[in-house]
Amino acid sequence: MSLLSVQNLVLGYDNHIIIQDLNFTVNAGDYLCIVGENGSGKSTLVRTLLRLHKPMEGNICLGDDLKPTEIGYLPQQTVVQKDFPASVREIVLSGCQARCGRRPFYNRQEKQLARQNMERMDILDLAHRCYRELSGGQQQRVLLARALCATQKLLLLDEPVSGLDPKVTAEMYDLIRDLNRDGITIIMISHDISAAIQYASHILHISKKIFFGTTEEYLKSDTGKLFVAIESGDSIV
Amino acid sequence: MFEKLIQYLQYPSVQYALIVGVLIALCSSLVGVTLVLKRFSFIGDGLSHVAFGAMSVASVLHLTNQMILVLPLTVLSAILLLRTGQNTKIKGDAAIAMISVGALAFGYMLMNIFPVSSNVSGDVCSTLFGSTSLLTVTLADVLVCAVMSIVVLAVFFLLYNKIFAVTFDENFATAVGTKAKRYNLILAVIIAVIIVLAMDLVGSLLISALVIFPALSAMRIFGSFKRVTIFSAILSVTCAFLGIIASILLSTPVGATIVAAAVSAFFVCLLIGALKKEKHT
Repeated sequence: MSLLSVQNLVLGYDNHIIIQDLNFTVNAGDYLCIVGENGSGKSTLVRTLLRLHKPMEGNICLGDDLKPTEIGYLPQQTVVQKDFPASVREIVLSGCQARCGRRPFYNRQEKQLARQNMERMDILDLAHRCYRELSGGQQQRVLLARALCATQKLLLLDEPVSGLDPKVTAEMYDLIRDLNRDGITIIMISHDISAAIQYASHILHISKKIFFGTTEEYLKSDTGKLFVAIESGDSIV
Repeated sequence: MFEKLIQYLQYPSVQYALIVGVLIALCSSLVGVTLVLKRFSFIGDGLSHVAFGAMSVASVLHLTNQMILVLPLTVLSAILLLRTGQNTKIKGDAAIAMISVGALAFGYMLMNIFPVSSNVSGDVCSTLFGSTSLLTVTLADVLVCAVMSIVVLAVFFLLYNKIFAVTFDENFATAVGTKAKRYNLILAVIIAVIIVLAMDLVGSLLISALVIFPALSAMRIFGSFKRVTIFSAILSVTCAFLGIIASILLSTPVGATIVAAAVSAFFVCLLIGALKKEKHT
């Protein structure tokens, strides 16, 4: 059974439909990239998958014993976070909220898990540094470590490289690819088509016409061809 | 001067004033950190105006215990204000401004139409800026304040990690199953309680100073949520204590003196923060 399957989903706000007839499935180990122009409803889709937003119609089914609270989420940075006084350790530890439940304080296992994930993201030496003083790439690693504390199975990344310079962007993509190779399923929102084609196993393209399939199928499809043509045209100019 | 101070400290009313002041400062600074970070600095101000309006209604109705009316009304407004944070047609700051000035005007008008005492402007002034002296604090006030403070402290301590999570990233917290709405609601109630308690001490116009200054000062110097919270509590208590002592010695209004102490502390912290940054770079 698939990890996540979306059936006949209709998304929108106040009777205004943004996305219709959305169908796709994600299997364990997949690397799905969701692409589309700004305003196409990518963010609404993310919010819906996280159950922060109710779909107008349709279902989202979770399989493989995936609990709804086990989706590790890497959100886009908010204004509030830019000058938030919090240490790296405090933020990573807050990824254990779901495990912690009603218990008021984090236990030793959860602290250990936070430590492991900081090690994994190579930010253990930053544990006591203040989040707002870090570089953009370091901040993303912190949020990724937090997301890993919440999940072993599925990461949902919302524009993980926005605002990063090219070198850090490449490092970030490599990091995500490594996590995927370690067995974590990835769903990534992006508007970077070339990276999507390079790294993803599946692509969901949201526009007036919705495309879902493997990356090879996407490259052969009309939507894909058009988009790739525009992209490569851009890079020549 | 020192002898004068010792002499004053013998009076129960001065002792009561110090206890109440320190407890209120402690509670308000704890909530202050979250409020400042959530971009709700002015909520204290708005709510205190609501409390002012409610207070004038209560005195017009000749209620012996004004808390019965003031507390529920303030709690209700706090819930409404924090709810309107997102997804509403009137945005957070506009909603606060609206409720705040509305309640202020309404309260002042009522107090003038139905004057309870002969000195209306005196009453209004002490509700807005706090009593000129704290010698009116009774043992009952101290007890109410102590009980409320213990409840606030206990709730804050037990929910510390949740409050951090919800303040830092409400969407992430909700996505992993933390009931962000519930914690926002608890926070709103706590804020309202603190504001009603603090009204007598510093008056409704100055409460937001007590809420935001310690938090902002601590944020200049420290970079972790825990340290900011602890330091802002220490700073707030110190300022309240010194402010009350100074107001007794210099015969200045209590509320204004405490706030002046908090403002001075902020500038000291600003300086320390700047020096610290320079050292790093």
